[in-house]
Amino acid sequence: MMVEVNNINKTYNEGEITAVNNVSFAVDKGEIFGLIGPDGAGKTSIFRILTTLLLPDSGSARVDDLDVVKDYQEIRRRVGYMPGKFSLYQDLTVEENLRFFATVFNTTLEENYHLIEDIYQQIAPFKTRRAGKLSGGMKQKLALCCALIHRPQVLFLDEPTTGVDVVSRKEFWEMLRKLKQQNISILVSTPYMDEADLCDRIALMQNGSIMSIDTPANIVESFPKNLYAAKAGDIYTLLKQLQGDEVVESCFAFGEALHLTFKSDQDADNTVKRIVAEQQLDDLEISRITPTIEDSFIRLMRENATETETDGK
Amino acid sequence: MSKHFGDFKAVDRITFDVNEGEIFGFLGANGAGKTTAMRILCGLSFPTSGQAKVAGYDVYRQQEKIKKHIGYMSQKFSLYDNLTILENIEFYGGIYGISRGEIRQRGDALVKTLGLDKEAKKLVGSLPLGWKQKLAFSVAIFHRPRIVFLDEPTGGVDPITRRQFWDMIYQAANEGITVFVTTHYMDEAEYCNRVTVMVDGRVEALDTPARLKRQFQSDSMDGVFYQLARKAKRTSD
Amino acid sequence: MKQLLVFIRKEFYHVFRDRRTLLILFGLPIAQIVLFGFALSSEVKNIGITIFDQAHDINSQQITNRVKQSAYFIVQEPAASLEEIHTKFKEGSIKCALVFPPGFSEDLYRSGTAPVQIITDASDPNNAKITVNYLSAILGTYQQELNPNLVIPLQIVPEIRSLYNQEQNGSLNFIPGVIALIFMIVSTALTSVAVVREKEMGTMEVLLVSPLKPVMVLISKAVPYLVLSLLDFIIILLLSVYLLDVEIQGSLILLFAESILFIVTCLSLGLLVSNVTNSQQAAMLFCMMGMMLPTLLLTGFLFPLENMPWIFQAVSNIIPSKYYYEIIKAVMLKGLGFGYVWKETLILLVMTCLLLGLALKKFSIRLA
Repeated sequence: MMVEVNNINKTYNEGEITAVNNVSFAVDKGEIFGLIGPDGAGKTSIFRILTTLLLPDSGSARVDDLDVVKDYQEIRRRVGYMPGKFSLYQDLTVEENLRFFATVFNTTLEENYHLIEDIYQQIAPFKTRRAGKLSGGMKQKLALCCALIHRPQVLFLDEPTTGVDVVSRKEFWEMLRKLKQQNISILVSTPYMDEADLCDRIALMQNGSIMSIDTPANIVESFPKNLYAAKAGDIYTLLKQLQGDEVVESCFAFGEALHLTFKSDQDADNTVKRIVAEQQLDDLEISRITPTIEDSFIRLMRENATETETDGK
Repeated sequence: MSKHFGDFKAVDRITFDVNEGEIFGFLGANGAGKTTAMRILCGLSFPTSGQAKVAGYDVYRQQEKIKKHIGYMSQKFSLYDNLTILENIEFYGGIYGISRGEIRQRGDALVKTLGLDKEAKKLVGSLPLGWKQKLAFSVAIFHRPRIVFLDEPTGGVDPITRRQFWDMIYQAANEGITVFVTTHYMDEAEYCNRVTVMVDGRVEALDTPARLKRQFQSDSMDGVFYQLARKAKRTSD
Repeated sequence: MKQLLVFIRKEFYHVFRDRRTLLILFGLPIAQIVLFGFALSSEVKNIGITIFDQAHDINSQQITNRVKQSAYFIVQEPAASLEEIHTKFKEGSIKCALVFPPGFSEDLYRSGTAPVQIITDASDPNNAKITVNYLSAILGTYQQELNPNLVIPLQIVPEIRSLYNQEQNGSLNFIPGVIALIFMIVSTALTSVAVVREKEMGTMEVLLVSPLKPVMVLISKAVPYLVLSLLDFIIILLLSVYLLDVEIQGSLILLFAESILFIVTCLSLGLLVSNVTNSQQAAMLFCMMGMMLPTLLLTGFLFPLENMPWIFQAVSNIIPSKYYYEIIKAVMLKGLGFGYVWKETLILLVMTCLLLGLALKKFSIRLA
């Protein structure tokens, strides 16, 4: 195990705000593990605890079999970290940034060049340019190079693709796949649900707690209901009407379609037929589909919400 | 319309119309010129050449009128964290010259529709991000603007709140408010009536999501965007 | 060691690539020296003066007329008593008074020397000094004109009394003040901003999660600003000597040693500030209000401390720049040796150790 987290808790403002709520998970060697969740889910706090920047209130965590509290100095030698707001030194050039971080980590650009070669080649044409003048995608590649330069055992990437456009995001995930082949473990967080499929295993997080941990495929598979997609010319009207229909359990917009589940999956085909007949909307089509991670996430969120409500009562 | 910074053509001869009551998606890779174009349309800077009208007002000569008739909300700046919900509403209402009585009346109604009655006197800083964004949107259209500009309004927001947010956008559009929105979530591009994709300062595509997908033979807007943005040569913002 | 050098080099890159920092570093000391040097010592005109003539003889009247003719003075209603002079000073209608004792002429002719008294408002020490110079010149010329006709040289001896600031702080005293202020700006404000900027950028997080010792971060931040402060010190000294014709009276080595001590004090303060603040604005504001204003107001550099309410005088005792100011004034302008400033040096040393210890203790190896 490269990373082991056991029942970690972390609160701020003297317990007023719970950032991490009893979180446990483990990351294997050479695995890409994703923490998936919106802002405020507790992802950054977990990263900071694992990179020895924060102390947990309770629970324990080990990185490369070292304790995050006791062995913090040794851990700092072995991990690479890209914080969420990391923006490099804007007034240093690409190469100066890289060489600086190489020295900070007791190594040189040349020593581990093979590791970053693929990535660095993409930004090498701009190596005399100041980091502040790079595009978002370029900055992110440079930041990854800086985090990799000392050949860490495990890489912590906190929301590396936030605010970056689709093309750069795809390139970035390509790079992570290549790093995985080098047997580097990667813990990555993202608010974009569509990136979950690119991880080996994921933890879906909300309000400091993990709602589910598994491979993306298993999470999707464990979706407990049939999921249907509905399309129509006037999708907004359809959404309102379906949300009002009593056989419908949930219905929400999902790209060009609506995703819906019924309260009962028995005889669902007939229910679909009935709805299509009743709704009288142009081009109305309803078909069964495989859920995505986002569907699972929404479902888990709703389940948790109802649970807490009943708990409260 | 064009906007140049020295040799750099941030916005390069773009042309488009947005219809009244339309939800208009404005997409583009980082550095494609979205922000520059949006600043001009919000009356914050002048184009280098070309023409543009927002809500019927000229971007060169009637900036003040434009500002009066648009709403604006962005992910980065929306509300004052150290004012309460009601104080924020009062402040923005006051800026647009809405009478005190009306602000109070509609503010109360707004807080109720959002389900924030209990939090009305709490500081905005203590609200979860999703609620903040929903509130920020409501405040941006509080003065009933002709058009509202939303700059990545749902960044980092959870999937349920994101959908509730789009519900609100639809509602505003139904009431006749034109919505001009940028986003990094490609599924949200599908919710727009029409979408433009900017690449290197130019509008490379402009159509309904359905037709764009057909044109680029892709089953999602993600694919459309990827094909277009990959061609970009620009590397700096 | 290599890490440290690379880190320090990086800090210099930051400094030399930021035009604003450069301007503060090198523009500010030059501007301050030139401004203080010339603005304060330039000509003073239209000085309000009153004459308290207890002699009423020919010589006193001739001198009075000379003063009236001078372009520098505006002669107000004559005063009838010393009390009246004080009242006029307090009203602000005069900046200077000339007092002839009874029997001025008699003294002059009998004993060959005659005293006059010049009273000035020294709360503005520069102006007071200039005023005295003008009056002495008038008296001198008058005296010379008297002499050719007489066998015995006659002397008018002005007795000068400075009101409100007996010590005559000021004139060139602004130079030590400017030096202290520049050190505060460079070593305290710029240093703290440099550290806090890394926090804002997120680079501090990466540095913390590295094998780099946290103390190294502090040292690497401090060294460049120590060097730059010394550079500024040299610039100010050169400007003072060659532009303002100030003679450096005391030992240069002592001057540098004391300055390095004070720079370290300032650096410790800067690092302390950077440890307790998280934004550049907060750090800057902290330095302005907490360090620079007291340096300006409570070291005796702009306003004499003696005339301040006791509470301010008490507060001034905990301000390091006060001691540095005393030391530099003594060494640079009065030419005194270490024997005269050891007490101040010791206080400064203790303060530095305390601040440095606190800064190191407060420097967190983690976030929050």
